[in-house]
Amino acid sequence: MARLELSNLHAEVADGDEKILEGVNLEVESGEIHALMGPNGSGKSTTAKVIAGHPAYEVTEGEVLIHLEEGEFGEDIEIDEDQRTWNLLELEPNERAALGVFLGFQYPAEIDGVTMTNFLRTALNAKIEEREELFEDEESEEEEADEGFETSPMEGPADEGEVGVAEFQQILQEKMEQLDMDEKFAQRYLNAGFSGGEKKQNEVLQAAILEPSIAVLDEIDSGLDIDRLQDVSNGINALRDEQGTGILQITHYQRILDYVEPDHVHVMLDGQIAKSGGPELAEELEDKGYDWVRDEVYGTA
Amino acid sequence: MSSDQDHLKETDTEARFEFKKEENSAVRSDKGLTEEVIRMISEDKDEPDWMLERRLRALKQYQNMPMPTDWPGQPDLTELDIEEIVPYIRPDVDKREGVDDWTELPDEIKDTFDKLGIPEAEKNALSGVGAQYESEVVYQNMQEQWEEKGVVFMNMDRAVKEHPELVKEYFMTTCVPPSDNKFAALHGAVWSGGSFVYVPEDVTVEMPVQAYFRMNSEGMGQFEHTLIVAEEGSEVHYIEGCSAPKYGTHNLHSGCVEVFVGEDAHVQYSTVQNWSKNTFNLNTKRAICEENATMEWVSGSMGSKATMLYPCTILKGRGSTDTHITIAFAGEGQNIDTGAKVYHNAPDTSSTIESKSISKDGGRTNYRGLVHIADGAENSSTAVECDALMFDNESTSDTMPYMEIEESKVDVAHEATVGKIGDEDIFYLQSRGLDDDDAKKMIVAGFIEPITEELPIEYAVELNRLIELEMEGSLG
Repeated sequence: MARLELSNLHAEVADGDEKILEGVNLEVESGEIHALMGPNGSGKSTTAKVIAGHPAYEVTEGEVLIHLEEGEFGEDIEIDEDQRTWNLLELEPNERAALGVFLGFQYPAEIDGVTMTNFLRTALNAKIEEREELFEDEESEEEEADEGFETSPMEGPADEGEVGVAEFQQILQEKMEQLDMDEKFAQRYLNAGFSGGEKKQNEVLQAAILEPSIAVLDEIDSGLDIDRLQDVSNGINALRDEQGTGILQITHYQRILDYVEPDHVHVMLDGQIAKSGGPELAEELEDKGYDWVRDEVYGTA
Repeated sequence: MSSDQDHLKETDTEARFEFKKEENSAVRSDKGLTEEVIRMISEDKDEPDWMLERRLRALKQYQNMPMPTDWPGQPDLTELDIEEIVPYIRPDVDKREGVDDWTELPDEIKDTFDKLGIPEAEKNALSGVGAQYESEVVYQNMQEQWEEKGVVFMNMDRAVKEHPELVKEYFMTTCVPPSDNKFAALHGAVWSGGSFVYVPEDVTVEMPVQAYFRMNSEGMGQFEHTLIVAEEGSEVHYIEGCSAPKYGTHNLHSGCVEVFVGEDAHVQYSTVQNWSKNTFNLNTKRAICEENATMEWVSGSMGSKATMLYPCTILKGRGSTDTHITIAFAGEGQNIDTGAKVYHNAPDTSSTIESKSISKDGGRTNYRGLVHIADGAENSSTAVECDALMFDNESTSDTMPYMEIEESKVDVAHEATVGKIGDEDIFYLQSRGLDDDDAKKMIVAGFIEPITEELPIEYAVELNRLIELEMEGSLG
């Protein structure tokens, strides 16, 4: 079980003074599904990016904490009492990833020339390695000398990392089958030439492989046709049901919530969470739009 | 010469080349380019008179040609003083069989080999200080296989003696005559070492011909000559594996490559070169394609202070084809000026140029290309694509694609992209667990993938590693 906690989070654009988040409070636990809804420009995507550590935003106030429990990352990693709570704002994006935070992008980058297989295995191994470093006993923490590569270039690439090529192939194949993805996917270049739907599916695949404690999915439903929406939703439900991932689902629309049923729904307005409730709140929003929330909160008529 | 002067000369040279052991060189010429120096080189190689004459003729041409200085955006060559360069050093081969010398290598080179993960024996071979024996055995085994088919693959110096007719006909005659440019003339005068490859009619050499051996036996050759003659219907892939950093810190590398691609023949020339950062790398590489011949250039240019290199193909025969795939990397203080030249001199010819460059820390890369389609070269087509990737705002990249099209029935395409490594791309990879450095490495590895894809795995891996090391700034 892990818990992501945003408290009084204020943030602005790093190279300007445009305030975007004005005191966000939110808690997401492993195994829960939260929907974060709200009109365009209300700060939903910024919230996601700030959690993941995007350099374009500067946090001016507040905290983003992650609380971990013993056994969070399996038996290999022991988590001391004083290492159970981490302030994400002090960490690099890759360190946040290592602590189990995943951001599903609305517009994922396209990296040409890098195959999905290569990328995902590198990411998985990087995460495992980073985790070991973060939880390493501080006394034994010594700067490791760069010893170079273990094999000769004449022998081809070294099989570096915890998860080897063969083992990874198996993991990947399994996850792709679960998500009903074509096996050709594995040899395609990361997001390059992917359709909108394929990109979203790929984001869910990555979450399935990296097994985060908390996944923030930024408008993963946008641009999906109904079939693909179902595939993606099944993937998200599997994250929660099989890996116990806590999901923060950012969306404009009720539509995806028909498939991914949230435990909690939050409405964001002007950089704050204006109202929270159960699944029924999403339906209400569907019927009535966002203005009534605004009226209710600000008391305007 | 008095002994005092001798001493001076020694010290000078030692400083210049950072030789760790003076006995590493058995014969060393005087500085500068004089007739005496050329005669001394030729004599030391025990060359026939005709080669000496060619050298001397090239020297005259060299002396009468100006340095190129006024190309737009060309690398600054003012620091290059050819009169201060020792054009010929023959290493003492006997001394180099011992591997003990490894410890005597400059630290930066040892460090590089370590980081490349090259085992001790191989390091010694690559650094030119030992393990020559192993390479020699490999080389001879392969040679026997080839000899049965009539293939010749040997050191260029040896070819002058053993295949004088072929060398007389092809060596710096119609492909790259010394009059071609200042550095071709220089090369013609002081050339030493290199490879000679001859493939008879209809013979396919299945395995790539690799020139690793040459580095072992020549070690310090800075003016190596590569001559490839592929007769009608033959096929060969020649790979120059100068991928390890050069031993020593020479000032000038001016190699020359000449390729003759016969009718229906297919030649691929691949090279991954990494020069020390104070090297001026000024080369001439050219291929001539007969009817329906195919020439492919695949090259990775790394290191050097300044590189000027534009592999050239002359599509002389109808239906001949050329492909260029090049990559350049420029870091701090480096100017890599590279590209491609193609002359479409016959109908139905086609060419493809794919050029990639990476610059960081104020490094500068230029793409300089020339595609010439002659009047009458109907139905010819060319596609040029150059992509530049920059790490930061200090680095620069220029694209100078010249197109000279004299024929109207042709298909010409040019596409260029220049971009900075995107923050969003890096963030995406970071959010998946890669640190900043690894994210950049992955983006660059993807960027150069079209080139690594064309290379045998060991070269691809080395190219990737060299680029990773460059990105870490770990190479001297």
